[in-house]
Amino acid sequence: MKGIEKLSRRDFLKRTGSATGGLVLALSFVGCGRRSVDTDVAAGANFVPNVYVSLAEDGTVEIYCHRSEMGQGIRTCLPQVIADEMDADWDRIRVVQALGDEKYGDQNTDGSTSIRRQFDLLRNAGASARDMLLGAAAARWQVDKAELTTGDHAVQHRASGRSLSYGELAADAAAQPVPDVVEFKAPADYRYIGKSMDLIDGYEMTTGQANYGIDTVLPGMLYASVERPPVYGGAIRSLDDAAARAVKGVVDVVRMPEPSSPPVFNPLGGVAVLATNTWAAQKGREALVIDWDDGENAVYDSATYREQLVETSRREGKTIMNRGDVATALGAATTVHEAEYYAPHLSQAPMEPPAATARLNDDGSCDVWSCTQNPQSVQQTVAGLLGIDKNRVRAHVTLLGGGFGRKSKADFAAEAAWLAKLTKRPVKVTWTREDDIRQGYLHSVSAQHMTAALDDAGKATAWRHRTVFPSIGSTFNAEASGPGGFELDLGFVDNPFDIANLRLETGDAKAHVRIGWLRSVCNIYHAFAVSSFADELAHVAGREPKDYLLELIGPPRRIDPADDGANYGNYGQSLDEHPIDTGRIRAVVEKTAELADWGRTLPAGQGLGIAVHRSFLSTVGVAAEVAVDDAGEMRVREMWLVIDAGRVINPDRVIAQMEGAAVFGLSLALHGEISAERGRIVQGNFDTYPVLRIDEAPDAIHAHIMDVDAPPGGVGEPGVPPVAPAIANAYFAATGIRLRELPFRTAPV
Amino acid sequence: MAIEITINDTTHTLDVEPDMPLLWAIRDVAGLTGTKFGCGKALCGACTVHVDGQPVRSCSYPVSAAAGRNVTTIEGLSADGDHPVQVAWRALNVPQCGYCQSGQIMTAAALLERNPAPTRAEIDAAMSGNICRCGTYTRIRAAIERAAGGDS
Repeated sequence: MKGIEKLSRRDFLKRTGSATGGLVLALSFVGCGRRSVDTDVAAGANFVPNVYVSLAEDGTVEIYCHRSEMGQGIRTCLPQVIADEMDADWDRIRVVQALGDEKYGDQNTDGSTSIRRQFDLLRNAGASARDMLLGAAAARWQVDKAELTTGDHAVQHRASGRSLSYGELAADAAAQPVPDVVEFKAPADYRYIGKSMDLIDGYEMTTGQANYGIDTVLPGMLYASVERPPVYGGAIRSLDDAAARAVKGVVDVVRMPEPSSPPVFNPLGGVAVLATNTWAAQKGREALVIDWDDGENAVYDSATYREQLVETSRREGKTIMNRGDVATALGAATTVHEAEYYAPHLSQAPMEPPAATARLNDDGSCDVWSCTQNPQSVQQTVAGLLGIDKNRVRAHVTLLGGGFGRKSKADFAAEAAWLAKLTKRPVKVTWTREDDIRQGYLHSVSAQHMTAALDDAGKATAWRHRTVFPSIGSTFNAEASGPGGFELDLGFVDNPFDIANLRLETGDAKAHVRIGWLRSVCNIYHAFAVSSFADELAHVAGREPKDYLLELIGPPRRIDPADDGANYGNYGQSLDEHPIDTGRIRAVVEKTAELADWGRTLPAGQGLGIAVHRSFLSTVGVAAEVAVDDAGEMRVREMWLVIDAGRVINPDRVIAQMEGAAVFGLSLALHGEISAERGRIVQGNFDTYPVLRIDEAPDAIHAHIMDVDAPPGGVGEPGVPPVAPAIANAYFAATGIRLRELPFRTAPV
Repeated sequence: MAIEITINDTTHTLDVEPDMPLLWAIRDVAGLTGTKFGCGKALCGACTVHVDGQPVRSCSYPVSAAAGRNVTTIEGLSADGDHPVQVAWRALNVPQCGYCQSGQIMTAAALLERNPAPTRAEIDAAMSGNICRCGTYTRIRAAIERAAGGDS
């Protein structure tokens, strides 16, 4: 990155790619408005340069965190960027969680976007505040702004030895014009960016004082538990609620609105039991007698569906990208290798199940408190269901007890709002774990069919990859019949391999459940297939896997999938700033191998595996060391993760995300499976849908951040995709047995 | 019916059904929300509290069984959040989303109470009932060792 960067507002708008309306609002003044319980500008604030910052006369800086905290540390990292550019003292910062409001621009905390897409916006928020403080001091002292510096939460004029604190300047600064062009700090001057600041919420989280979606309590509130159709799209034939109403504490039993088709983010229907406490609501719900019409999705059976997916993947599909002539190369090859991979549905299973509380106000407006990743979607979904304007929905964002994509869907918040309207009382809806696992938005099931040709020297001359899975698009379009658009950008068309003949195809697959995104989305099954198959080819060629992987990646260069006819979105950002740079991918592989001491000799029954994957504009390499016992059971002893995410804000939070990704990836590799029978999800709780526990966690997880001078990439998701293939490759190294299915099915060696 | 329970040194008389899990009595009736709901079946440990010093899964522990006993929740573990386990948790920035950490801390505190210097294997055994979906396990181990006086 350059030293001092100047950014005009026009460039800024272009670079952030935000909707002009939202951003102009975001950069303009907001009045010192009403004070609400958790958000909006404090009454004492004198200086409100933009919607992200306010400064009071006592020097307190309030920073409005418009992104949702779900464990990635954004409530710590976002203020780091703003405070640094504002040159504000860290101990004078107060972090306020922003309401859902389009004035903040994009608030959808999803796609690992908070820093990679909003770094400039956040820098601008801080830098323009600082610029206006400088302007105020310059006017007060009648000196040129260029003679002034900042530090110690004050503006200084070195030449005359004068100093005015930020608080003293607040009122004057408010009268300064918002700058058209701001100057960003040189990285060498950063005080907080690049530093491992402690968690803003660390004290609250370790003392039981942190408030999550499930923790909202309002006077006179009812507690609701909802029995939803056991099969997606099902409807009530008959309902007998007499026994439910007889449960002590139950206040009412009501029907939910009919579900929509496509589902979008609307409630699923069913029957709600409302009570004076959660337990009574759950007990009442168990006493409901409902005869369900399961509808057309009762045919959904995972075993049968898998056969269909695999069958489709064996046939020629729709061409998504083509380079050279794969068919001819396969025909002429001395060695052709083929493999099929399968990965099932997954449930995000955040530790806090979806929970929301809503209140209808006398003026017809609605307040909703929820653990949402996307408060503007809460506004929109609730408004649509209640038939009011979205600006009359105040979407409060609590802490999220995990999200992983589940909580970007507003259905649970909409349920609470519907019930609050119906009962004319505040209502909290708490999903049970079974509700969460059975009736959420599942990560998609997929089949991958891989074929490659090798020449006499073992070099790959052709690569054909077919991917088949029901699409997230089906959540928004009932007619969607297979992989679409952005899903193919996730580890499929951005294939980095230097192979002369390359062909990518998809096939149709109809959805029978609500499909949604889960941490790193389609990258999970695409990386599993691509990185496992690369390792397979190395062994077929009789080559050392890491060297062979580097050979597949080829020389340092920049790749544009458009050159081979693909329509590639690059996670919404430009390939100029965020290239598919094989030089950087190679460097990650080499660093990963170095840290894992690749090439060392291991005892029998142990193995090392490696994988690399670029997603969300960052590249992560993973090496795993596994030990396999006679029963074929593996223990992952140690893992090494190396991330190139460009510039990072808080190294400790990046390391934490790598540690978490290692566990999340290991969890899905060893245990993750959701399946359906007669349209019903088989699994229900952590006994039938196990997730990784501490005694299965590696003895050590080593994470390393590449020091790369480049714009920031994503951090929350990119660690996950390479984990499962690195482990599968290690298992092969230990046993000679190839694992092509998630979760791994192991047998006695 | 009325059930008398001491929670964090304060005596509460709760008007609840005897089969109500202690978790919901603590959260919905006594109004202490630091103890979390994760599974309802004693599978995840998010709801861990101490009853007479012993860690229990409050989601599967009837409130009637706690009658006349001393219940300690995360809010009552220490006066100022300065229990060695809490201090270690903050020193190592263990939490990610933080949701499971009340239960993790209560389980860890109970472990150190009965075994002040646990081995790695003993830590894993004691903590294996507490799920962290964010994957903070390696830091949890290190924080327990730190609270125990180790060097982590």
